[in-house]
Amino acid sequence: MAEEILARIKDRFSTRVLKVFEKSPRRIYIDFDSKYVPEVVNFIFRDLGGRLSTVTGIDTRKNIELLYHFSFDSSGTIISLRTLIDRNNPEIESVTPIIRGAEWIEREINELFGVNFIGHPCLKRLLLSKDWPEGKYPLRRE
Amino acid sequence: MTKTIIPVGPYHPLQEEPEFFKLLVEGEKVLEIEIEIGYNHRGIEKIAESKSYDQVIFLVERVCGICSTSHPIACVNALEDLADIKVPERALYIRSIIAELERLHSHLLWLGLAGHFIGYNTVWMWAWKYREPVLDIFEKITGNRQHYAMMKAGGVRRDIDNNDIPHIMKMVDNLLPALDLFMGAVMDDPVIAARTKGVGVLTREDVIEYGAVGPTARASGVAIDVRKDDPYAAYPLVEWKVITQEEGDVFAKIVVRILEMYESVKVIKQCLEKLKVVGGEIDAKIKEFPPGEGIGRGEAPRGEVFHYIRSDGSNRPVRYKIRAPSYMNVPTNQKSVLGGSVSDATITLAAVDPCYCCTERVAVVDRKTGKKGLTGQDLIKLSQEKTARIKRDLV
Repeated sequence: MAEEILARIKDRFSTRVLKVFEKSPRRIYIDFDSKYVPEVVNFIFRDLGGRLSTVTGIDTRKNIELLYHFSFDSSGTIISLRTLIDRNNPEIESVTPIIRGAEWIEREINELFGVNFIGHPCLKRLLLSKDWPEGKYPLRRE
Repeated sequence: MTKTIIPVGPYHPLQEEPEFFKLLVEGEKVLEIEIEIGYNHRGIEKIAESKSYDQVIFLVERVCGICSTSHPIACVNALEDLADIKVPERALYIRSIIAELERLHSHLLWLGLAGHFIGYNTVWMWAWKYREPVLDIFEKITGNRQHYAMMKAGGVRRDIDNNDIPHIMKMVDNLLPALDLFMGAVMDDPVIAARTKGVGVLTREDVIEYGAVGPTARASGVAIDVRKDDPYAAYPLVEWKVITQEEGDVFAKIVVRILEMYESVKVIKQCLEKLKVVGGEIDAKIKEFPPGEGIGRGEAPRGEVFHYIRSDGSNRPVRYKIRAPSYMNVPTNQKSVLGGSVSDATITLAAVDPCYCCTERVAVVDRKTGKKGLTGQDLIKLSQEKTARIKRDLV
């Protein structure tokens, strides 16, 4: 089942797949360039029936890394799309127009890492208090 | 007609996760809902980066007070995925026993509050009465009624004494008549049906759009359950089934949770039986964690808990990501509350099982004058009066 999903993603996006890492039979990581993320997310959500569990943001000091974790519940597989974005100008197209449930997830990453999600319907603070200073991102490694 | 805003929340001393719902209403009808969270953001993900893995398990146990073992389970699953560890069989059974006891006490807590909101205080009293023995079992096994500190990467911290098994078994058996009582009360009562059937409906499509999980998804016919889909602990080793309902209303959510409690009892009893014959170690005794990444999940009483760990090979995580189930479930209120009446809002908001205490702090404010009209107590009273009215009409 996991192989089948992986094969369909590889088949559809062939050369755009930068790297595939199979950590274990039910945990797969696929690297993509950030400009293809909305298209891949749309394919996984609409065509393959993946459920967006969450998105993890990581400041690697060189880049901001985003991991879109998709759960395929019938097989228990988690496919994580990995993409790196520029740390000095972190922006990526929002997936909220595709998946309603991504709204809070992107708002959280926006305030904690300063990532600008282009096309997000309401990119305001989610967790931080109103008096938290602008431009300070708690999970950035400064 | 004047449109008014009803703020629901955010603070109450008993709350474990404060939330703030702003309902825009016209008369009785809810037109819009805005949800605000963040009142209890404690930066646990950031704190985790400064703790050793052993400490992180204790730290994440404090994410939630009600389902306190769900996060440690997801955490140890993630660590075991990271380091590729096989857990001794006896420890797997103990993990499942603790997790299912937690589901029992959490669902009973919810059932009691749901009863209170629709004016069935007897249900509230009885549900909490039967929740007590579950906490007693916890005390017997772990020494604690909450925050059991049982999970450990590679196993569990504390064994269950085989001499205690008959006693624990008896206490679990005693829950069954209570569950029958609740099931009968919910199924046969025309007033509960009138208050909850067709109320706060969440469709299958909504569940998929919002990525809802747990009983909230299963009550809308989406059969997802991490215990079955991505098996961990002893769930693949015992017999039980995933409970679903098709309707997606509050009634379906009640039924799902009650039926799930029967399944929890089934799992606990089978695990206790297995403990009698499966001996041996309860800990794989892990020395260190390699660099890399791990994903762990667990099915909390409210749904899927998701943990991601990035390790650089030291004894502390470089990044620790936590996603609790209510994070995905609470936004579904944007669908389920709309179009309903204010008196149904309390039970609908409560039906996804977030923190109910929010609703204790409800106040109706006239948008033009800013004058407070209704307090939280009033809203619950409004809901309870509706039940009383239906009762009268039925007679």
